[in-house]
Amino acid sequence: MFDYTFQWGQAMARLPRMLDGAVVTMQIAVLSMALGIALAILLTVLRLSGSRPLMAVATTWVEIARNTPALFQIYMAHFGVASFGLYLSPFASILVGITFNNAGYLTENFRGALKAIPDTQSRAGRSLGMSQIQAFRYIVMPQMLRISFLPMTNQMVWAILMTSLGVTVGMNSDLYGVTQDLNALTFRTFELFAIAAVIFYVITKTITLGGRLIASRLFRY
Amino acid sequence: MIDIQNVRKSFGDLEVLKGIDLTVERGEVVTVIGGSGSGKSTLLTCINGLEPINGGKITIDGTEVHARSTDLNKLRTKVGIVFQQFNAFPHLTVMENVTLAPRKVLGMGRAEAEAIAEKQLRHVGLADKLSTYPSRLSGGQQQRMAIARALAMSPGYMLFDEVTSALDPQLVGEVLETLKMLAEEGMTMILVTHEMSFARDVSDRVAFFHKGVMAEIGAPDQLFGAPRHPETQAFLSKVR
Amino acid sequence: MFDTSLTLRDLMFLAEGAGVTILVTAISVVIGTLLGILFGVIRTQLGPVLSAPLTFVLDIFRSVPLLIQLVLGNAFVGMVLQIQISGFTVACMVLSLYTSAYCAEIVRGGIEAVPETTRRAARSLGMTWGQDMRYIVMPLATRVALPSWIGLALGVMKDSALVYVVQVTELLKSTQILITRLQEPLFLLLICGAFYFIISFPLARFGGYLERRWSND
Repeated sequence: MFDYTFQWGQAMARLPRMLDGAVVTMQIAVLSMALGIALAILLTVLRLSGSRPLMAVATTWVEIARNTPALFQIYMAHFGVASFGLYLSPFASILVGITFNNAGYLTENFRGALKAIPDTQSRAGRSLGMSQIQAFRYIVMPQMLRISFLPMTNQMVWAILMTSLGVTVGMNSDLYGVTQDLNALTFRTFELFAIAAVIFYVITKTITLGGRLIASRLFRY
Repeated sequence: MIDIQNVRKSFGDLEVLKGIDLTVERGEVVTVIGGSGSGKSTLLTCINGLEPINGGKITIDGTEVHARSTDLNKLRTKVGIVFQQFNAFPHLTVMENVTLAPRKVLGMGRAEAEAIAEKQLRHVGLADKLSTYPSRLSGGQQQRMAIARALAMSPGYMLFDEVTSALDPQLVGEVLETLKMLAEEGMTMILVTHEMSFARDVSDRVAFFHKGVMAEIGAPDQLFGAPRHPETQAFLSKVR
Repeated sequence: MFDTSLTLRDLMFLAEGAGVTILVTAISVVIGTLLGILFGVIRTQLGPVLSAPLTFVLDIFRSVPLLIQLVLGNAFVGMVLQIQISGFTVACMVLSLYTSAYCAEIVRGGIEAVPETTRRAARSLGMTWGQDMRYIVMPLATRVALPSWIGLALGVMKDSALVYVVQVTELLKSTQILITRLQEPLFLLLICGAFYFIISFPLARFGGYLERRWSND
């Protein structure tokens, strides 16, 4: 029964290419997080705007991001958007898809964080002559981002894991894509994907532990 | 000059200010006393434009606070307010707490704002806490920082809303000392307080609020020594 | 009017895919939850040091893309063990373990949310460990855990879209097959997305409601 011979050497020889893929994976994740945070701040402002149509935009975004599969969102970015004559490259599709997902989940995290900041904070800012936007920008938002820091590292882990879905829209330069291409050449499926799994594990653990370390060092108040 | 004319204010069905008239001249210290729910704190937030009013008008140096054309943000730089809760900005150091508004609202440079902040913080006795975060400060220190933060805007008027009510008893004294110092320097102030002997000590006039009405106003010796209104008498006999 | 070449038969094909999605999800959530409760209780009982190996293994399921877990599971069973089992079975096995890893965290969080003093009070009344667990810890822990568990179950449903990689044709894969044939990506994707949304949205709202209600007392 156990006559399968593992050939780790053959797979390990491909490690440099896989590490190149890991760099692309991290690039996608970092970019999608940076864009996702910026969009989530914008969506949060829309939610607080008091304007019904703007609040509806934010709510729709958040609920679609949270209640449909990430893979569906990536398909929409690739195949769905193409229906409007807008063709996104595999890289752009995966970036747009993950960013959309990040922004939705992060907005929900920000909503929770805002609950922990008393109204009197914004009021104190206003009493010093700040406009509503200034009070949000300088007083509420920094506190919101700090409270959300650990949830943001969780979302970063999700972003890393989601990059593996890029293969469904033709992405082949990220870690999963590279691994799949190598698999088609060598058929060392188990070995190659096991190595990819270890690389993913190291990346996500580094983010989780690094995030905790930064949080305990940085936020002294 | 702060001129309050027939101001009415309701929260839903509850009318908390039922036509208040009060004029505060420059350099004057007016203390407002009264039971809880008498509307005294609400009046302060209305003066600062943090709450809209339902009738009457409030004018500060000729600018009507609740007029549509009034730039409230600009007006608020002239009228400082300190609240019962200290409202320290927890993510900023003491220095940053005080310099934030001068820099972002008044557009001051960092060096200028820090010079002013340092002066105000020394004034309230926090010169050694500049790079400390508020969570490391006592309640009394946080409240003094809040006072310095308001003073750094160089306001013409200061409003104090029960600023010692949330403090442990042993910390009340240091904050009252700071207020007294400001009064002696000639700052125009309206204070809402429960500290009766302090009110008697620093005020030019004392107003007694009862159920949304200013029942009585007068010099401290008169109001505390020979109150005319029966509700004032009842209130003072209870708090003594 | 709206023009589409989607036929009733195609719709049935999609419905079949939706059925597979629900079936895979239901099986994985049931098995995963049972395993998760077991793992979660073991972790709280053994303490962090003794349960470290279990913690490590479960952590892998949360740190490696599900797609890779499915590929590895499939390769392990098919190429290494050389057992012939269906992709459906592999999908359910991997998703169950995946679910159990998250569920164990939720269970542990729920149990740890029960104050030690409450448990000591129960034991001081002469309750056994089992009685304490049954009448005190579980009811209280459930309140903390249930909203998160609903979130997990919905997460598994959404993640089940990835089982296409082991040749299981669930809803999203069926949609993709039709897209290739009919060339109407937007319309088909909207139908597919609506299906997930209609199931997920009300349940997610309900979970949020429970969380708010129970965090108030």
